[in-house]
Amino acid sequence: MSLDVSGLTIEIDGTRVVDDLSFTVADGQRFGLIGESGSGKSLTILSLIGLAPEIATVTGSVRLDGREILGLSERQLARIRGSEIAMVFQDPLTALNPLRTIGRQIGEPLRLHGDVSKRQAMSAAVDLAGEVGLPDPAGIVALFPHQLSGGQRQRVGIAMALACRPSILLADEPTTALDVTTQAQILDLFQRLVDERGSSLVFVTHDLAVLARVATDVTVLSQGRAVERGTVSGILRSPQHAVTRGLVDAARATTWTGGAE
Amino acid sequence: MSFLREIIRRPAGAFGFGWITLVVLSAIVSSFWTPQDPFTANPLDGWLRPSAAHLFGTDSIGRDIFSYVFAATRTTVIVAGLSGILASLVGIGLAALGSLTKRWVRESIAVLIDILIAFPAILIAMLLAAVFGGSLGVVIVAVGVGYGVNIARVSRGEIRRVRATDYVLAARAAGVGPGGVLLRHLLPNIAPVFVVQLSLSMATSILAEAGLSYLGYGAPANTASWGRLLNDLQLYIGVHPGSVVWPGLAITLTVLAFNLLGDAIREASDPTLRGRSGSRGRSGSRRRDGARRRSGMRDQGKTP
Repeated sequence: MSLDVSGLTIEIDGTRVVDDLSFTVADGQRFGLIGESGSGKSLTILSLIGLAPEIATVTGSVRLDGREILGLSERQLARIRGSEIAMVFQDPLTALNPLRTIGRQIGEPLRLHGDVSKRQAMSAAVDLAGEVGLPDPAGIVALFPHQLSGGQRQRVGIAMALACRPSILLADEPTTALDVTTQAQILDLFQRLVDERGSSLVFVTHDLAVLARVATDVTVLSQGRAVERGTVSGILRSPQHAVTRGLVDAARATTWTGGAE
Repeated sequence: MSFLREIIRRPAGAFGFGWITLVVLSAIVSSFWTPQDPFTANPLDGWLRPSAAHLFGTDSIGRDIFSYVFAATRTTVIVAGLSGILASLVGIGLAALGSLTKRWVRESIAVLIDILIAFPAILIAMLLAAVFGGSLGVVIVAVGVGYGVNIARVSRGEIRRVRATDYVLAARAAGVGPGGVLLRHLLPNIAPVFVVQLSLSMATSILAEAGLSYLGYGAPANTASWGRLLNDLQLYIGVHPGSVVWPGLAITLTVLAFNLLGDAIREASDPTLRGRSGSRGRSGSRRRDGARRRSGMRDQGKTP
């Protein structure tokens, strides 16, 4: 399934936060949006599934296989969300409902989009928990979010997003809130699952080193505008724009500090 | 059932639950049987001291105070229960409308809530009583609406807070529609605040009924009511201070029980607090060991 974004403009109180942004994510492509904080990348990814905050005015066009997403009603969007496009959020500590068990949260999209019983959803949740590498899947589905570590919670978030085998997976800085070791594990998980399932990936981050592990193509955002696009390897080799050069330098610095080799 | 166990594991919850159960049972029993007729006057037996025949003594016209207090539980349960239900409906309804609808609807609801809050429940009751005459129904509607808007104001802020959380965003991203978000994510997460507000409003409804009955807008003369009894006896407080204690105690304990039960429900419904507060304090109970075993299992689940 392909995603076509053209002329996406987001205004908040008359200020243009995202300005005439266009990009295409082909079927199975792994695409990255990178930019400093405040560059409008999170707003962009949220507006791809109609989740931009109410105060934001979103214009332009977002097409999913030719179908326009912008302007759909909340009910129509709910049918698409979770089944065709799903999303993983930045902070796993706050992205799970504290009052619902892990199993019910992983199984929720299945209950919503598939015709499955509670029991079936629960056993599917156990399978998914195993697939994302959670320990003791059969036991963990009965736990509450506060009983899990941050990395485990992010795995739950990923399991929830992948429950209905969406063809496009959105990820909004899914590793930013995690420590470096966990970060690497979660990125590997992303890579493996996206490969296995052949879904497209839209990955938002401010860290080029992270992006290089999961994405092949990238668009660089700065103050709501696309300043540079290309392949990740190409941009790493010869960054053109000043912002891109800054990101590349930052990525090199972290790799240098973190790598022993 | 495990939820109930969570509640009565806490001393406050055990007292609240136990006392309210007792009041409700008394209300049921007193509808069929009371030790003596609470309304029969025996002028020769006025102001008897507490005895086996008159547990709480008698009042100025020789009515058995215990029977009267016992019979009045029915009024209390009806007023607290129905006004609680009405307050919940008004509160949650207005709060949901005031936070989930289009902007202009939201704003108008907010203004409506603010206007209604400016009317004290007593004033609403007097207005209603002026039109329909004093009755328990007037008390229930006045307290239900009066405290319902209070619940609405608090719940509206809570709904807004929860609605802005990531997990609601994540749920919407998973395809949960507006109704599902309200039922499965918003309401359970505002429940702690709501329950406390509700228990306060039910407690206050008992006081309000007493106050309104005193003013003549509440229970009619042939209905037993703690407030009415309190006001009858209070005339003689200088001469027979002991007798006022009984309805006063009944009101105080019931109001306290509602407040404590509300707190216990709030704690029991929070999984992060579950199995904790009971494991502190006195040692030796089997329940406590159960709680420790459970949290032990949880720690095992935590290690990867």
